[in-house]
Amino acid sequence: MTNWKVILNIAKTHLLTKIKQTSTAALGVTFGIGSYITLVCFMTGLNAMLDDLILNQTPHIHVYNEIEPSKQQPVSLFDDVNSSFNVVHSIKPKLSQKKIHNAVPIIDFLEGNKNVRGALPQVKTQIFYVAGSIEIGGNLTGINSVEETKLFNMSDYIVEGSAEALEQTDNGILLGIGIAKKMSLKVGDRVQVSPINGGIFPLKIVGFYQSGIADLDAIQSFTSIKTIQRILGKANNYITDINIKLFDIEQAPSLAKMIEQQFKLKAIDIKTANAQFETGTSIRNLITYAVSITLLIVAGFGIYNILNMLIYEKMNDIAILKATGFSGKDVQLIFMSQAMIIGFVGGILGLLIGFGLASLIDTIPFQTEALPTVETYPINMNPLFFIIGFSFAMLSTFLAGYLPSKKARKIDPVKIIRGQ
Amino acid sequence: MSVVLQAKHINKYFRKPVLFHVLKDINFQIEKGEFVSIMGKSGCGKSTLLYILSTMDTDYEGELFLSDQLVTGQSRAHLSYLRNKHIGFVFQFHYLLSEFSVLENVMLPAKKLAEKSHQEIEHDAMQKLKILNIDHLAKKRASQVSGGEKQRVAIARALINNPSIIMGDEPTGNLDSHNAENVFNIFKQLSEEQNLSLLIVTHDEDFANKTDRIIQMGDGKIII
Repeated sequence: MTNWKVILNIAKTHLLTKIKQTSTAALGVTFGIGSYITLVCFMTGLNAMLDDLILNQTPHIHVYNEIEPSKQQPVSLFDDVNSSFNVVHSIKPKLSQKKIHNAVPIIDFLEGNKNVRGALPQVKTQIFYVAGSIEIGGNLTGINSVEETKLFNMSDYIVEGSAEALEQTDNGILLGIGIAKKMSLKVGDRVQVSPINGGIFPLKIVGFYQSGIADLDAIQSFTSIKTIQRILGKANNYITDINIKLFDIEQAPSLAKMIEQQFKLKAIDIKTANAQFETGTSIRNLITYAVSITLLIVAGFGIYNILNMLIYEKMNDIAILKATGFSGKDVQLIFMSQAMIIGFVGGILGLLIGFGLASLIDTIPFQTEALPTVETYPINMNPLFFIIGFSFAMLSTFLAGYLPSKKARKIDPVKIIRGQ
Repeated sequence: MSVVLQAKHINKYFRKPVLFHVLKDINFQIEKGEFVSIMGKSGCGKSTLLYILSTMDTDYEGELFLSDQLVTGQSRAHLSYLRNKHIGFVFQFHYLLSEFSVLENVMLPAKKLAEKSHQEIEHDAMQKLKILNIDHLAKKRASQVSGGEKQRVAIARALINNPSIIMGDEPTGNLDSHNAENVFNIFKQLSEEQNLSLLIVTHDEDFANKTDRIIQMGDGKIII
């Protein structure tokens, strides 16, 4: 039988009469939790931004025709030399077409899959940007710009002009900002491009593209699929790449495997292609948690210390409580509840401070060439962090309170009373 | 007359620093309404006996009965409950919770027992304070009242759950003669008017002589 009202009343009185020590202990928790929240919101915000930088514009699955040598060389098909030792020198890649065979039906099929948010065709080719006698190598990609905007946030990376303009303008081009600078071009100008197999095509600049990765911006430009098919002199079913975006990124590896087997195409999923980003993310998370846990452990020791002191000071009180009929468990609960109250108050304050600091950081301007859409420091305010922070505050104060309160439970009242 | 407290063949050893036989075959009983004092020289084991009788010390041999019920060998939680309900304590040093008010100090054991509502407990506590003539101190902090007053608060606290017996470990040992007299009169009055049993360990011969019975101890044994 536990009488919580009495126990909490005693705990409250102890805490209020030692308000200085109580608030020191609570402040320890407050700073621990506050810095955890700030750190984790900021770090994960930064993580998300860095990931977005690459992953947003990266398809979850990229399907294309890989140029590679045949897996089975002709000699292995020939039964007569089966038992002998065959060495094939100078294997050459197999001549195959760049385009995806039957691309349009494949896209329709993929769009029908319930995991797929969208499958977009692309035509990729190497071209030269021609300025007088100078030719600058580069990539030109034919896209469906409106759909790309919907699925891959294309418009985030268009610094001038718009994705719609590309769709509406015949022979329009979305020029990489790096090339535009090199060639001193502005929106509305014309740029001449030349595909590898010859010919020169003037295209009208409808906007600039800036991914934030300078090397990419110096070569990459976009145009509509129709335009590029015309430049290459191909039919309108000429598709070299299919980019797939899924609802759940975790499904990417299995679906990629399925596509490879079914269509005999190369399908690269995002997890394989960008493994290093996940490593970076998890290491940054690890650092965040290591720092936060260290802070909370320090706060926990603070509480442990203060409760220990309190129990030494309250020896007489403990003895008298036991003598008048409070059990060891009651006494332990009194000190445990003190620890938990400190944890609760400190934790809540910490959440508020963390929230305040994170909100403050969110308003600090942060502008960089590499990230055209980011204006302030990124903050990821996830309610989960607040729940974790609060649980951790309660857990650490529980542990910090448990040992001293166990000692209080075991104090022998006779020894204290006789000792005087 | 019913027996409130009975000790049968109680033996107690101190194991540290060397084995020492403190209490040797203690047998006695206290009846309802009896006012008993224990006397003896320092170190004869009278306080040790009192703490065994109070159920706080469980490390002994023999049997202890409280209102004809065997107490020896009960769980600590149950012993706490017995102390709370049946035994009132008064110590030499006043042992109030200094951060609480006088009234709260008195109410605490009753709140722990939780048999009555808060209002009833408060009413009872005021009643006890009135009996001891210290009701005007009710709202003061325990650390702000004088020594004699503290001892009376402690007595009020001992009475709050209407215990079967009150035990005192030199309750007047720290008081001047006027206050000691006062405390004795309170005990006497409780014994006579409320038929309460009292067991008081004391050095004070005048005090002991006025009680109903004196248990004289020497070398761990009861002499008289």
